[in-house]
Amino acid sequence: MVDPGLYMTVAAVLFFIGALGMLVRRNALVMFMCIELMLNAVNLTLISAGRAMNDINGQVAVFFILVVAAAEVVVGLAIIVAIFRRRSTASVDELNEMRG
Amino acid sequence: MVESLVFVLMAIAAVAGAVTVVVARNPVYSAIGLLGTLFAVAVLYVLQLAHFVAAVQIIVYAGAVLTLFLFVIMLIGVDKDETREENLPYQRKAVIALGSAIILVAAGLALFTDFQWVPAASEALIPESTNGTIEAIAEPLFTTWVVAFQATALLLTIAAAGAIALAHYRKRDI
Repeated sequence: MVDPGLYMTVAAVLFFIGALGMLVRRNALVMFMCIELMLNAVNLTLISAGRAMNDINGQVAVFFILVVAAAEVVVGLAIIVAIFRRRSTASVDELNEMRG
Repeated sequence: MVESLVFVLMAIAAVAGAVTVVVARNPVYSAIGLLGTLFAVAVLYVLQLAHFVAAVQIIVYAGAVLTLFLFVIMLIGVDKDETREENLPYQRKAVIALGSAIILVAAGLALFTDFQWVPAASEALIPESTNGTIEAIAEPLFTTWVVAFQATALLLTIAAAGAIALAHYRKRDI
């Protein structure tokens, strides 16, 4: 059996790459994909912790996260499409009306 | 032995897909990279006996969410390259410095202290034959977490209604 720490290391690397992409990309769609990446990393951590601790609730938590991620994607993509129809851009740098 | 081999292959595939998501200039390539990562992570779930969650991952993420992403990419166009020029003067250097510091500290903690990733296993072991099956997940889902389950139903309804409301806006409203 592979050590659960190795799974969590992979999850940490995935989370870090997702966070990095969130910071350096300007395309709203790619930023959304980076959020999905981070959610998946957390899911992987929960699964390996649940496996290592012999607790099925880890998998139940992943189930809930999947539902919330699906809802988030639906609303987020609808917002992106609405902004695109209005402004013809998906770049977050050009959405700066609320800058103080 | 087989598990170690599959783990290494899938870990490499997952990280490669994640890097593709971040560095690809075309959003379609980003979506394909995300697809690879999702499949690799699903295999990692199977390795840890989470069979039902792996199946849901493939159906919901790779099936529904990725299709939605690709649909929106095609809808709003892929030909616009984003500008890579930086308009924040020093933040990128600060992020690189902070990120490297975090990685070094985490690696040092993991390697040089007797760091425990998870506490020891509890006494009530789940038999391998039932771990990760639909029955095993449904039992706590519909008893202990039934209120949360109802709340997710409400959440999905609100999300669907919100998406429809956003799609039906008139141009002067926003």
